[in-house]
Amino acid sequence: MRRLQVDGPLLGGLLLICGFGLFVLYSAVGESNRLLVNQIIRLSVAFIGMLLVAQMSPDFLRRWTPWGYAAGLILLVLVLTKGEVGQGARRWLDLGIRFQPSEAMKLGVPMMAAWFLHHRQMPPRFSQLLVIAALIIVPTILIARQPDLGTAILIAASGIIVMVLAGMSVRLILGMGVLAIPGALLLWTFMQDYQKQRVLTLLDPDSDPLGAGYNIIQSKIAIGSGGLFGKGWTNGSQAHLEFLPERDTDFIFAVLGEEFGLLGVLTLLTLYMFVIGRGLYIAAQAHDTYSRLLAGSISLTFLVYVFVNTAMVTGLIPVVGVPLPLVSFGGTSMVTLMAGFGILMAIHAHRKLLPH
Amino acid sequence: MSLLAPIKDHHSERQLFLGRVLLTSVISALLLGLVVARLFQLQVVEHELFAEKSQGNRVRIEAVPPIRGLIFDRKGRAIAENLPAYQLEMIPEQVEDIDDTLERLATIGLIDAADIPRFKELGRSGPRFQPVTLKVRLTEDEIANFAVQRPRFPGVDFQPRLVRHYPDGPVVAHAVGYVGALSSDDLKRVEPARYAGTSHTGKTGVEITFESDLHGFAGYRHLITNARGRRIPSDSSELLDSLPVDQVPSPGANVFLSLDLDLQRIAAKSLEGRRGAVVAIDPWTGEILALVSAPSFDPNLFALGMTSQQYGELQGDPDRPLFNRAVRGAYPPGSTIKPMLALAALETGATNLSRRSFCRGFFRLPNSTHRYRDWKPEGHGSMNLHDAITQSCDVYFYEISGDVGINNMHDYLNRFGLGHKAGIDIGGEHAGLVPSTEWKRSAFRNRDDQRWYDGETVIASIGQGYMLATPLQLAGAAAALATRGVRYRPHLVAAVEDGMSGQRRMVDPQRLPDVEIRERDHWDAVLEGMHDVMQGARGTARAVGMGAPYQMAGKSGTAQVISIAQDDEYDEEEIDERQRDHALFLAFAPFDEPRIAVAVIVENGSSGSSVAAPIAKAVMDQYLGYGEKVAQ
Repeated sequence: MRRLQVDGPLLGGLLLICGFGLFVLYSAVGESNRLLVNQIIRLSVAFIGMLLVAQMSPDFLRRWTPWGYAAGLILLVLVLTKGEVGQGARRWLDLGIRFQPSEAMKLGVPMMAAWFLHHRQMPPRFSQLLVIAALIIVPTILIARQPDLGTAILIAASGIIVMVLAGMSVRLILGMGVLAIPGALLLWTFMQDYQKQRVLTLLDPDSDPLGAGYNIIQSKIAIGSGGLFGKGWTNGSQAHLEFLPERDTDFIFAVLGEEFGLLGVLTLLTLYMFVIGRGLYIAAQAHDTYSRLLAGSISLTFLVYVFVNTAMVTGLIPVVGVPLPLVSFGGTSMVTLMAGFGILMAIHAHRKLLPH
Repeated sequence: MSLLAPIKDHHSERQLFLGRVLLTSVISALLLGLVVARLFQLQVVEHELFAEKSQGNRVRIEAVPPIRGLIFDRKGRAIAENLPAYQLEMIPEQVEDIDDTLERLATIGLIDAADIPRFKELGRSGPRFQPVTLKVRLTEDEIANFAVQRPRFPGVDFQPRLVRHYPDGPVVAHAVGYVGALSSDDLKRVEPARYAGTSHTGKTGVEITFESDLHGFAGYRHLITNARGRRIPSDSSELLDSLPVDQVPSPGANVFLSLDLDLQRIAAKSLEGRRGAVVAIDPWTGEILALVSAPSFDPNLFALGMTSQQYGELQGDPDRPLFNRAVRGAYPPGSTIKPMLALAALETGATNLSRRSFCRGFFRLPNSTHRYRDWKPEGHGSMNLHDAITQSCDVYFYEISGDVGINNMHDYLNRFGLGHKAGIDIGGEHAGLVPSTEWKRSAFRNRDDQRWYDGETVIASIGQGYMLATPLQLAGAAAALATRGVRYRPHLVAAVEDGMSGQRRMVDPQRLPDVEIRERDHWDAVLEGMHDVMQGARGTARAVGMGAPYQMAGKSGTAQVISIAQDDEYDEEEIDERQRDHALFLAFAPFDEPRIAVAVIVENGSSGSSVAAPIAKAVMDQYLGYGEKVAQ
């Protein structure tokens, strides 16, 4: 394990999450073996990717960071001009292999922010923060234009987390909170009609109970009817009678809540918390600015993932199309997530090799 | 560069970073705590509620139609109201085989087989969960019969609904109009949200002109239904508490008409068994006091829904009961235009107050042998303007017609409102026709037909020929005579009362351009002549006006339906009833301070003064308080 540069606790936590997730997914996809195997293959690929990334050294990653970031920006522009259109959005690029450049930027943005701060004295000066803000805003806007609001929010969050971890003053953080109001208005102008509808629906979900509010109402029914212990695996009536939309992707948390109850939901959240805690521990152990900021950002962005998805499924925030990490069906974001955990492992493995 | 860069203090930077990790961990814990609290709320606190919701039960939203506004007469008596009745409804999404269900319903006699295609169309065009009305008012027998068979008809049920009811039915049908079942065409026209759950809409008369006021806004309520869509009694269900509040429908506005139901009744009674129309107007406001067309029909048939056969009978009736003669019927006005023509002649100098002419019973144009006959074959003798109006001498008007000229006639009659729509607040008005040389040029293709002939001016002077007017226009003209030229747009609706606040919006009288007459003497002479028509020693309608407790003015008219050959005599007995002359009458009263103006037409009534005038008098008597109490 040590030689493979793998962090045991982190790997264990991730395997438990994925294993539990597969159980829930099997029920959510209607007990289809084919789709289950499909997901297992994706998970395997993602784990192998994680192990490969874990072999790299943080110094190597840091040196290549600006090039990777620049390449990512170019690809994002290409997506907007030449990307493939699917379901009203341009997200995919076909350069021999089909992929979403926005996924790569989920790591590219925090890496770039950490790279920029690496040689500088902490806490960063205001002018330096402005540069980082620009590094965040450009890809965020490009992705919001695709449009992919969920990813844009995650990317912006990952960059902002770097700034906060770097020691940006509390006054500034509060100031940004105030600035968030005009920012939100700006965001509103970028939103598509369906996205605006989602926000309005959250503010008053019962205004349109058969239309836009349907998802939230049904997912609340699913979760609430699960009670303490759930209706039992594959016994969720909401999910299986097709009241619950998108039950194998964005709303899989509702299936978990219905079939495994509060107990199952808390179990999964505990596993997530363990993984996030381990990530923050690795960040605290890291010995250079780049590694610290990157490890911290990856861990906390994972938390943002979990929070946004669970909060949206329970009707706390608008529906923004963020999957439940490592559990929702689909492979695109999984690879990025696992690569991030690979970076965490690499940072942890190299902590003693770095100069004090 | 590196020399200028400040020296990094690794220890303090690490401390700063650890502080930030702590800070973000706390925030993370708070965020996750929020989600956990929410989960606790959903899964523990409200668990039972959601458990019940998911128990195969479904929440359905049902539209609650608004209560249609009522229509009252000027004394606050209901003309259109809503009565409860059980109606048969079908919800398309709950019916397995619509064709089969409808056929079986026809077999047990609940619906008419001829209506099946219409119901199918309605079932297809609307939302599938919206009920289609199959029969509006079920009798008690039908309810009992269907109750037994209900299990055989899933998706079909009877529901209590309010049905439009017109207590006076035929008496008000042409003024108030009626509501009828929403057709698929109506559904395209109306705003769907406002009409959710609504089965009927205004089709004619005030019911359609004021549809947007009368209808109101639909509300909705939540229903708990089981998997088969049947409603579950909701009083025991806590589930409803968690749903958005039901929206109460806003009732439609009440509409107050200027009509006087007593006048309507007496006019309808007077026209019983005849074809004709009566229109009465308050000359100083344009408010319509009575508007009756006969024969009439029962508007309740439309509100209740009738069979195709019943509708076919109404449509095919040769007396055309659905035809609104009061606003749509265009008749030759006959001698009723003589007062207006007299004013035109005086104003244009074609005659004066002292001119006399001798009536021998006919008139001939220079260089022509054609005789234009007076209605009185032996002639009236020496006539001045006053006498010519009072005794309705045709020859006097024939003689001055050439000097007035058709275009002046057209001009003056136009000022009195003839020849164009009066602008009443119900639809279907006919514009009537007042000919002019210009009109004839544009109305005909053939060059010879486009020419205006002198003889046509002669017959135009007694309201014959091309000239056409509606009873509504004639009533307006009578009103303009009564006020000495002040005119108001005729209207039926006096006020609209908001269904929620009770606030009244009054409909203000709308003044139209006056009929300008230069000489006061001219008005005096013409109106005096009209007075003596009814209450003078030789007036054509003296038999009607003599001995009345108030002073009045009027003018009779008898309009030819067929032309009589030069040598023939018009013999009432020999002529087919449908070819007899139309009887017309204009009147207003009291003479000095007019409060009511009336126009009456009785198709093929033969004589204006003896058939139409008594009807006008009866209406005026009633309005002025000299009528008998009319039984309902």
